[in-house]
Amino acid sequence: MTSIEAVAANLRRLDQFARADTVIHRLDPRAKVVATLAFVVAVASFDKYTVAALMPFAVFPIVLAALGRLPVGYLARNVALAIPFALVIGLFNPFFEREVVLRLGPLPISAGWISCASIVARALLTLAAALVLVAVTGFPAVCEALERLGMPRVFAVQLQFVYRYLFVLVDDGARSTRALALRACGNPLRPRLIASLLGSLLLRTWQRAERIHMAMLARAYDGTFHKRTAHRFAAREVCFVLAWIGIFALLRYYDVAQLLGALLTRALP
Amino acid sequence: MSHHLVDLRNVSHVYPDGSVALREVSIRMTHGECVAIIGANGAGKSTLLLHLNGCLTATAGEVRVGDFPLTRNTLSQIRRTVGMVFQNPDDQLFMPSVFDDVAFGPLNQGLSQAEAEQRSRAALERVGAWLLRDKPPYLLSGGEKKRVAMATVLAMAPDILVMDEPTSGLDPVSRRQVMALVKEFQHTRIVASHDMDLVLELCQRTIVLHEGRVSADGPTREIFRDDALLARCRLEKPLSMQGCPLCGIVRLAPESGAA
Repeated sequence: MTSIEAVAANLRRLDQFARADTVIHRLDPRAKVVATLAFVVAVASFDKYTVAALMPFAVFPIVLAALGRLPVGYLARNVALAIPFALVIGLFNPFFEREVVLRLGPLPISAGWISCASIVARALLTLAAALVLVAVTGFPAVCEALERLGMPRVFAVQLQFVYRYLFVLVDDGARSTRALALRACGNPLRPRLIASLLGSLLLRTWQRAERIHMAMLARAYDGTFHKRTAHRFAAREVCFVLAWIGIFALLRYYDVAQLLGALLTRALP
Repeated sequence: MSHHLVDLRNVSHVYPDGSVALREVSIRMTHGECVAIIGANGAGKSTLLLHLNGCLTATAGEVRVGDFPLTRNTLSQIRRTVGMVFQNPDDQLFMPSVFDDVAFGPLNQGLSQAEAEQRSRAALERVGAWLLRDKPPYLLSGGEKKRVAMATVLAMAPDILVMDEPTSGLDPVSRRQVMALVKEFQHTRIVASHDMDLVLELCQRTIVLHEGRVSADGPTREIFRDDALLARCRLEKPLSMQGCPLCGIVRLAPESGAA
């Protein structure tokens, strides 16, 4: 079972990766965010029975992860966590679309199975891209990039605070559950107890929010968020974004998987 | 240098739930003083400190910082003058990295980015935390957090430093580091603490709060010699003024040659 602490440790690890220093890490966060958004749009734009043509898109997260020196095991594990959710969404398709479109030897494959596979493939691709984006950029930098790309500042500040205090809240919650478990003497936790635990956590969070607000006011906060900006959108970033958009366009309009297949079958008669 | 002055005149504070936290508190602190505020839990120390930069406003009475009374109009000016180090550094460090956090105040004061960065660097070097600049706050130890929290305030170049429990929860070495920092500062310093030895070592003047009232206000050494006062206010002497459990020698007043 994954405990709250394990989730927090996982998040911390993601945060650690973002502090490495590679070619990809040094790019302006905006370039990476734009490229990832283009990737998501391209992947989502295929029709619902596409599976093979999606596969070459894996090149984007793979190249970024390799250049950013991210550990494959960590990424695979976290992307794999999404499979059940994608399956839940796609699981009913095989029941609704029963006409057989393909035969693998004796095995008939219905359209529903193909669209289900397409949903899972898209989920894995987009999630992998998002995870790699955060791992090579860092969550605060992604927020900042989104803000500089036009997301309202309120949302950016909210996201940043959620991220900062998530760790504090998780620690707080973990301490409370541990204290509760120690005095529960092995009895299962009753809903009433859990409710009062959550209630006190909420109240503590509220008080903390008040103290943080005071601390911000004490440091001349007047409603606008001034931040240091260190990044520059230079030629390197423009090349990065244009190259990826070019590749996505290519992969979108030419089925590279099929072309390769055709090439192979012609070469090997 | 009159803006280093803090003057409380008959300040009372009643919380919305009706509990009275301060009753007619009058204190005057002058330039360069290091003043301790001590008292039992719930005596009103934190409430008093929160009045000094307008986080709370007095229900009755007046707070003056420098030449200005604390009002809505002078609030931002007074917050520039009074730097506040909160008790829990997790409340004070809210930005994604240490450097961003220290630069938050100077940027809000309207400094240019280069100036803010230079000030932040100076503040971090002052507290010996420059190497921590890229770390997120949750990876810092308690002592590091406390020192960075001090840097966030120092970077704003305040004239008056207010510290709530600067050494609570620190290991002996971190405690010494923080104390050495407080000792070095030239600011008017106001420290609320339960660390009586810190009070004896750093502060020449001590104010004792008891149930929202000022019970005593005077030289630290005199206050710690008044056993009846200490007992009444649920306090005790600094450990360094108590007897040695091994040799049985009672040192009434350390370094009392000068006093």
